[in-house]
Amino acid sequence: MSQSINAALFGWYPYLCLTVFLLGSLIRFDREQYTWKTGSSQLLRRRQLRLGSNLFHVGILVIFIGHAGGLLTPIWVFDALGISHSFKQGLAITVGGIAGVMCFVGIALLAHRRLFDPRIRANSSFGDTAILLLLWVQLTLGLSTIFISLHHMDGHEMVKFMNWAQGILTLQPSAAAYVADVSPVFKAHLLLGMTIFLVFPFTRLVHVWSAPVWYLGRTGYQVVRTRLPRSAARPATGGRTLAAVRPAAPRSFNRPAE
Amino acid sequence: MSHFLDRLTFFRRETQTFSDGHGILTHEDRSWEDGYRKRWQHDKIVRSTHGVNCTGSCSWKIYVKGGIVTWETQQTDYPRTRPDLPNHEPRGCARGASYSWYLYSGARVKYPMIRGRLLKLWRAARAKLPPVAAWASIVENPEARASYTSIRGHGGLVRSTWDEVNELIGAANAYTVRKHGPDRVAGFSPIPAMSMVSYAAGARYLSLIGGVCLSFYDWYCDLPPASPQTWGEQTDVPESADWYNAGFIIVWGSNVPQTRTPDAHFYTEVRYKGTKSAVVSPDYAEATKFADIWLNPKQGTDAALALAMGHVILKEYHLDRQVPYFDDYLRRYSDMPFLVRLVERNGHLVPERMLRASDLPGALGETNNPEWKTVALDEASGDLVAPLGSIGHRWGEAAKWNLEEKDGQGRDIRLKLTLAGDGGEVEAVDFPYFGGRATEHFVATQHGEILTRNVPVRTLMAADGSQMKVATVYDLMMANYGLDRGFGGDHIATTYDDDVPFTPAWAERITGVKREAIVTVAREFATNAEKTNGRSMVIIGAAMNHWYHMDMSYRGVINLLVFCGCVGQSGGGWSHYVGQEKLRPQTGWQPLAFGLDWSRPPRQQNATSFWYAHTDQWRYETLTAGEILSPTAPEGDWDQTFIDYNVKAERMGWLPSAPQLKQNPLDIARRAKAAGREVKDYVASSLKSGELELSCHDPDHEANWPRNLFIWRSNLLGSSGKGHEYFLKHLLGTQNGVMGKDLGAEGAVRTKEVVWHEEAPKGKLDLLVTLDFRMSTTCVYSDIVLPTATWYEKNDLNTSDMHPFIHPLSAAVDPAWEARSDWDIYKGIAKAFSQVAPEVLGVEEDTVLTPILHDSAGELAQALDVKDWKTGEVEPIPGKTMPQVTVVTRDYPATYARFTALGPLMESIGNGGKGIAWKTGHEVDALRALNGVHRDGPAKGLPKIETDIDATEVILMLAPETNGEVAVKAWDALSKATGREHAHLARAKEDEKIRFRDVQAQPRKIISSPTWSGIESETVCYSAGYTNVHELIPWRTLSGRQQLYQDHLWMRAFGEGLVTWKPPVDLKTIVGHRDARPNGHTEIVLNFITPHQKWGIHSTYTDNLLMLTLNRGGPVVWVSEDDARSAGIVDNDWVEVFNANGALTARAVVSQRVMPGMMMMYHAQEKIVNTPGSELTGNRGGIHNSVTRTVLKPTHMIGGYAQLAYGFNYYGTVGSNRDEFVVIRKMNKVDWLEEPLSTAPAKEMAQ
Repeated sequence: MSQSINAALFGWYPYLCLTVFLLGSLIRFDREQYTWKTGSSQLLRRRQLRLGSNLFHVGILVIFIGHAGGLLTPIWVFDALGISHSFKQGLAITVGGIAGVMCFVGIALLAHRRLFDPRIRANSSFGDTAILLLLWVQLTLGLSTIFISLHHMDGHEMVKFMNWAQGILTLQPSAAAYVADVSPVFKAHLLLGMTIFLVFPFTRLVHVWSAPVWYLGRTGYQVVRTRLPRSAARPATGGRTLAAVRPAAPRSFNRPAE
Repeated sequence: MSHFLDRLTFFRRETQTFSDGHGILTHEDRSWEDGYRKRWQHDKIVRSTHGVNCTGSCSWKIYVKGGIVTWETQQTDYPRTRPDLPNHEPRGCARGASYSWYLYSGARVKYPMIRGRLLKLWRAARAKLPPVAAWASIVENPEARASYTSIRGHGGLVRSTWDEVNELIGAANAYTVRKHGPDRVAGFSPIPAMSMVSYAAGARYLSLIGGVCLSFYDWYCDLPPASPQTWGEQTDVPESADWYNAGFIIVWGSNVPQTRTPDAHFYTEVRYKGTKSAVVSPDYAEATKFADIWLNPKQGTDAALALAMGHVILKEYHLDRQVPYFDDYLRRYSDMPFLVRLVERNGHLVPERMLRASDLPGALGETNNPEWKTVALDEASGDLVAPLGSIGHRWGEAAKWNLEEKDGQGRDIRLKLTLAGDGGEVEAVDFPYFGGRATEHFVATQHGEILTRNVPVRTLMAADGSQMKVATVYDLMMANYGLDRGFGGDHIATTYDDDVPFTPAWAERITGVKREAIVTVAREFATNAEKTNGRSMVIIGAAMNHWYHMDMSYRGVINLLVFCGCVGQSGGGWSHYVGQEKLRPQTGWQPLAFGLDWSRPPRQQNATSFWYAHTDQWRYETLTAGEILSPTAPEGDWDQTFIDYNVKAERMGWLPSAPQLKQNPLDIARRAKAAGREVKDYVASSLKSGELELSCHDPDHEANWPRNLFIWRSNLLGSSGKGHEYFLKHLLGTQNGVMGKDLGAEGAVRTKEVVWHEEAPKGKLDLLVTLDFRMSTTCVYSDIVLPTATWYEKNDLNTSDMHPFIHPLSAAVDPAWEARSDWDIYKGIAKAFSQVAPEVLGVEEDTVLTPILHDSAGELAQALDVKDWKTGEVEPIPGKTMPQVTVVTRDYPATYARFTALGPLMESIGNGGKGIAWKTGHEVDALRALNGVHRDGPAKGLPKIETDIDATEVILMLAPETNGEVAVKAWDALSKATGREHAHLARAKEDEKIRFRDVQAQPRKIISSPTWSGIESETVCYSAGYTNVHELIPWRTLSGRQQLYQDHLWMRAFGEGLVTWKPPVDLKTIVGHRDARPNGHTEIVLNFITPHQKWGIHSTYTDNLLMLTLNRGGPVVWVSEDDARSAGIVDNDWVEVFNANGALTARAVVSQRVMPGMMMMYHAQEKIVNTPGSELTGNRGGIHNSVTRTVLKPTHMIGGYAQLAYGFNYYGTVGSNRDEFVVIRKMNKVDWLEEPLSTAPAKEMAQ
């Protein structure tokens, strides 16, 4: 692959994808609130959903955390912790492999359901089907990299990807050079991965942004939102009493809401 | 500003907690909530209503935003009526509020749809042939015809255009008119009051081409035949506000809060005023929670309960003590003082017909209709007198038809109730008793078939010099109720605890209601009436009317009201609410609807007999006349099938007939001319000679099939079609679930008058066209579905019997997609028809047969006996012993011109209704000015009726109820007959003229009119019978009084001269089907009851998602806990319900509400919603009528006899369905039948 194409695909394309990913998500969130959803088809048919969706989500979350942690953690951190590259490579292959298989089975169930259940198919947009297939291909590519990685268990190839990813994020112009000589399978995996970021804002994937992680740390079971605009509702001096907030708030907080 | 930025609140997120930290208060952005607020914003509010037969007739605000209906709420601006009454508001219910869902739902019909196979045939034929010839080429080719008729109901509807379908429909109609006759084109649309212009649109088109409008009120079994029998009145009831004037209310088989929701507040309010209420209902219905006392008789035994109450009232208020008010009321307003002849049968006397003036020497000086003047005794003089007001006084003379206490000679009289105490004779008289005939499911009592009781009588000399014995109705009534009056003899009760018909103890055995409760309610009812002069009321619903012997239950209740002087008094009376039957501006509407402005008479047919014949339900009849015949029946050949009875009634001119003649009626006039005869005489003599044949003798002959059927504003095949599976099998010719065999296969053919074909026809209809806004079950079975405007997309009028207002449907938005209003659809069809008609039709002479009509002079047909010309007992005389014969000229190519203009007969003949007539030229002139005038063409110079609003103006202008000037004319016309001044009832409103824009502004109170028996007034609520009692206008019956004794020969034959107890009949539909094809689950037999529902818009609209969400989202049946346990059914199980008529599938609701032995299935749950296949038929589950079959009753066929004379929706056979029993069992396999059509016929073959 020529130097310039490599630079374009792995030096410039990542920025295009990240820009579209971030700006696109932002604009869609601001302008198209009603489209901000998972588009679940559970109401239409439960079949294969519970197993498929859970396998898929658990798998992909593990993979996501593995990729994010593995690629973006600076190398010196691993060195400082005394984690060898070969151990890390082995960990990635084992955990990633297991999660990848889970995810693969899950996505196979989901894809089968989406394509061959007439009711689901009729209710699917092009984007729904396309993103599912895209993820499936990407997963397949990812799993097939395991066989290549098995040939260099010392982890030096992995370091290339860490350097590349961290180089892109830290805006190093030469980051593309790190991955110039890796296996084409890896390259395809990288390219498709970036493309998924590219199409992300245009698909149901946006629900990732709204994963209800805050729910885990919720403080109250009954949420009451004030009706007043924020500026008025926010007590400037602290002297404003809750009783003045009307009427969505319960009149008295001494007894549970009826 | 930005959803994203607004969320970046990490540094100023404030949450305050409450409830010990269980709740938090946040200040996050709430602007997203505006999305929900905007949902309810609107640009305008338009007044409309729901064109539905729920009787509510509530005015609604329709909210429109950007040309889209967003929601609706109740209108609150009803005019106040009387100062002491609560407001009519609130009127409306949650079901009505769910309606706007339909407009943009997936259920909406958006384009003209046609069966794909038919469309292919049509396009191929049309490419070569002109329209009518093209249609002929399709239907005359049996293979081509069957290719689309045999797959009805199995999908395959495709989109077409208005031009194409209109031309096809026009061609099919023209072909049928030419080839078979116009009476082979029929239309079914119910309840004009719910959207009268929409009804009129189709009826006008059909009437102009000579087609047949089918009745509905009787077919729905909402018509209580007891009302015409007793009062000569279809149905007239108090408005719901009048409940507020009652002192005691019995709610009997009516579920007021559920089915009369907008009126229920008056019931609540009057209870706050102190009124006591008893509720009679076999199940724990919603209404029972209003009850001070709840009586729960076994279903179908209401007559026994009513008879026992009548026993108590007669004993305590008439016999032991005479209440002056009751006594006076009976003398003046009932037939109780009138004399009945007693004749000998089997050594005893039985009551025969009422004594007539003509029976007596000199006819009591009466020369006009003496055989139609009933006779009583004057108390003071002891003379026999013919009091004013009997039907003989109504026709042929003037000013003598009233209820003044005078006789025909002008003498003041006071009628005598009883012959007891005259020192006269006492004779044993036989009364029939049917209580021993009850089936295993009901209690049979052993009192013998004949109860002989002693009655005071008098012997008179007849006109021919012979001796005859007579008794008063009062004395017969006392004996009938088993009261001990000291005359000795058997079958009389000394105490309420005697087991003698009809004591409370006797009723307790049959109904299961404790005798003490019966006595208490009867006493309180009567005592209240005594203290308040008749303010005791019975609110009654269809629950009782849907039994085969409904007349007994109703007459039992009516008797209570008459015994206590309640009918005709505000706050009292008979409040029968079943459907929105009250078309208040009826006489203004009739000319528009039936084309009376262009030609008279129209063709109208009683639907029950029509469907019975043409869906071949008669071929499966299991009930025989012998089972219901009275043991005291007069001599005669009574052992005939019900279709034979119906045929007799048709040829004697009692009931209408469609088709009428086997020969095309367009050819008759020509034939008569060729024979040099008057058409009338020709028809009469040719019928006798057999040259012409009545269609009714051979309904299965292909010359007598109905060929084209229009259905609009109705869900015939999803709701009202009793014997649903027979409709599918014989009328439509498609897959069906009929499981029984016809009488031919059973070797039990017994018809005498009707030709039996070994092979029953399948698929009589060439073309079924349905207009609807939603894809109903009926649409699914149709050949063409036309998208019509919803209730928020058209202009129309709406009235009800529940309130005194007239108010509109208005087009809040234009019809969505390609929908059109009913008016525009029929206008379009009329236009297409006019264009294709010249291919085969020009100006034609159509010979129309009509039955002898009530409220016409013809109703005095056969006074003393029944004579049938077919058997040679009498000559066929049109209008007397056979149907009336009229020749009507129809200009077929001018049909469109006639449709859109008010024809010339309104000026040349005038208008009228219910036996009175007036000139209406002034109103026609006003319409010319208002609607504009046609400048040329066949309607030149006539007022236009182009739009639906034009049509409303015709109605409003011509009707006395909405035009004070006409009201005064109408009352004056009535004064000619009664000799009394009535116009004061309308004089104050003479200048009032209600226009369409007026009712759009606010509902308007209507004006008092002689069409109705109550008045609209500032001092009294509308109450039925009010003008009879207070204006002394006779009831339109034989005696002119409330007719408690039915003296017609057929009534006596079937033991219904006086009210009695008749147990439900045995339809034998379980025999051979229970445990015949087991699936491993226990099968039990239950009585099948079909009340009105909670989760649909009245009886029709059950596919509304909002409503479905509130219940179980599909068909359900209610079963008692005991029955469910014995059949191993738990709540929400899928069950199959079946008998010989077919099968249905549903989920079981297991409830304490239901009494063991019965099962309830709410009306009209659509087959198209969540209904799996039946294990037995292999077809989709079916509707509630899949397990019913209609059965006719001969007493409902009587005609030509005063109040027992035919009127459209007034009298005739009714479609009862509650005597039906079914097998219910749990299903093994729930099959949704989702395979393609191609495999479906294979399944049928496999059976």
